[in-house]
Amino acid sequence: MTAPGSTLLEVEELTVRFPTADGVVQAVTNVSFSLRRGETLGIVGESGSGKSVTNLAIIGLLNRKRAEITGKVVFEGTDLLALKPDELSAVRGRDIAMIFQDPFASLHPMYRVGDQIAEAVLAHEKTSKGKAQQRAVELLGRVGIPNAAQRAKDYPHQFSGGMRQRAMIAMALVHNPDVLIADEPTTALDVTVQAQILELIQTVKAEFDIGVILVTHDLGVVEETADSVMVMYAGSVMEYGSAAEVFGLPQHPYSWGLLDSMPSIDRRLETLMPIEGSPPSLISPPPGCPFHPRCRYRFEPCSSVRPPLEAPPGGHLDACHLPSERKQALGRSRSVEHFGARA
Amino acid sequence: MSAAEPLVEIRHLVKRFPVKQGVFARTAGEVHAVEDVNLTIRRGETLGIVGESGCGKSTTARLILRLLDPTSGTITFDGRDITKLSQRELRPLRREMQMIFQDPYSSLNPRKTIGQIIGGPFAIHNMKQGAKTRVKELLEVVGLNPEHYNRYPHEFSGGQRQRIGVARALALNPRMIVCDEPVSALDVSIQAQILNLLRRLQSDFNLTYVFISHDLSVIRQIADRVAVMYIGRVVELGDAEAIYSHPRHPYTAALLSAVPKASADGGRRIVLGGDVPSPVDPPPACVFHPRCIRFKSGHCDVEEPAMTVRGDGQQVACHYPLERWPMTAEEMRR
Repeated sequence: MTAPGSTLLEVEELTVRFPTADGVVQAVTNVSFSLRRGETLGIVGESGSGKSVTNLAIIGLLNRKRAEITGKVVFEGTDLLALKPDELSAVRGRDIAMIFQDPFASLHPMYRVGDQIAEAVLAHEKTSKGKAQQRAVELLGRVGIPNAAQRAKDYPHQFSGGMRQRAMIAMALVHNPDVLIADEPTTALDVTVQAQILELIQTVKAEFDIGVILVTHDLGVVEETADSVMVMYAGSVMEYGSAAEVFGLPQHPYSWGLLDSMPSIDRRLETLMPIEGSPPSLISPPPGCPFHPRCRYRFEPCSSVRPPLEAPPGGHLDACHLPSERKQALGRSRSVEHFGARA
Repeated sequence: MSAAEPLVEIRHLVKRFPVKQGVFARTAGEVHAVEDVNLTIRRGETLGIVGESGCGKSTTARLILRLLDPTSGTITFDGRDITKLSQRELRPLRREMQMIFQDPYSSLNPRKTIGQIIGGPFAIHNMKQGAKTRVKELLEVVGLNPEHYNRYPHEFSGGQRQRIGVARALALNPRMIVCDEPVSALDVSIQAQILNLLRRLQSDFNLTYVFISHDLSVIRQIADRVAVMYIGRVVELGDAEAIYSHPRHPYTAALLSAVPKASADGGRRIVLGGDVPSPVDPPPACVFHPRCIRFKSGHCDVEEPAMTVRGDGQQVACHYPLERWPMTAEEMRR
């Protein structure tokens, strides 16, 4: 889609563990990926797959006293995980910004929307209050809020859900960030509003020339907006490649399971094929491949040997023991079934 | 009673909630939650009600079950007018109509075992004899282990909890179950399990479903007929196949085109301007006219469109319904 830009963010072997009274929660295990300028990376997974924790670790919002984080998050040559808290807070919100699922909870109910955005301006910039206000109004206008000057004086409850998410995006853009992390940005919104917000994120990405990490459980959202896709399950990467690769030839049984259980808008399916069982406990994840207890294609090494994340010849990365010809054959049938003939 | 006779008939149903304001809580206005809704629910079918938040779909469901009292209009269940029945008179009817809720976390009492939860309906209706055996049967029917009878809700995952909710709804052999967003809080792989379960139960127990969802793909998967609601009104009603293959109301079309997917037509979609208007002060005439791509001044904002049969037998409340689907790029622009 977009011409490949320079690499913005490089995550290497990120691992997050939360020690608790019941045992150690293995929230994220050996996650590696990179993000280029102009790229939208879609991270897909169900609840508890580690997609949100991965991003909280990147932006430094995990309590380092509670969470054991190893690996590297390299942004412009610096490993963010090695930074001191005050050095990190210079990056956070300025170079890497984040928007969350619930725009209701992310805005303070008792401050005017414009003031809250102006406050974000002042957090990283020495300027006058008036200038900051001006910038807030300008940004509100850019994210498509009509009568921005007037609406900046409103309180969050006077905004609709979609407008609040627009305001959050405006706040994230305050310092022209390089990376925007959007964690389930449209999950709380109605479909028609969701469409508007996804469109806005794509516009903003082009206008501000940034990289976007879009976390979602909705394959449709990823399919429509992402340039590359990473599928996570039980804290690990199951499959990672360009959107054309992953949707053109999904290689991992978990990805197939997601596709097969998705109802289609285009036709009524005879039956849906759900993934049996439920996700594993992250305190005592199953040995071998974390997906094997629910996998309909499991065979012998699966319950004892963890499959490495590797690319078969001519394919993209996946973590599955199945022989590559089998994966390609099974993946191709999924692709044809769910996406039709894809260019 | 013949099979052709509908199970539920709803005529001119209206529900308004007063908006109170100030220290004396004077009524400052009314939320027009449901406005003149007419629906027929046939025996053994699944009627899907779809719409965005605040469109009145859940209020309609609660009115059908008489969990709310309608402002006006009538509801007939199995040939009997239940609009005016007292709560006591309703009690025997409650066995016939049950409900499954959206949030499997908050709709189960955390202090009760699942045996008590599913057995609750038997206790209420003085049918305690043999209740335990029946509860165990029910657990099996919904795909849970009967030995988990004495466990508490927190020991179950979201999908399993929704199965408990389904078992509770089935306990008294109801004829109709109203499912209010039953899979919205679940992950997609679990959602498919519950949808398949509901479908199997429908044919096994000859159930009638009213299925409410904001998710058009889910509705397509489960519903035989679909009612599309917008600000308290049904704007389009008909067979699911007809509505999905050729929506006639511009709002239905906008909803369908907004579902994210990388389709061959390159993401052509109808982008609705603005937000859903407040149901306290809905727009005059056609409620959709301020956002509609086919709006004609002097008609749509003056005269309210009546439900009219169009095309493949679906009813549409629109002066200028769509002639074809998909629309051309030209037609999608306002």
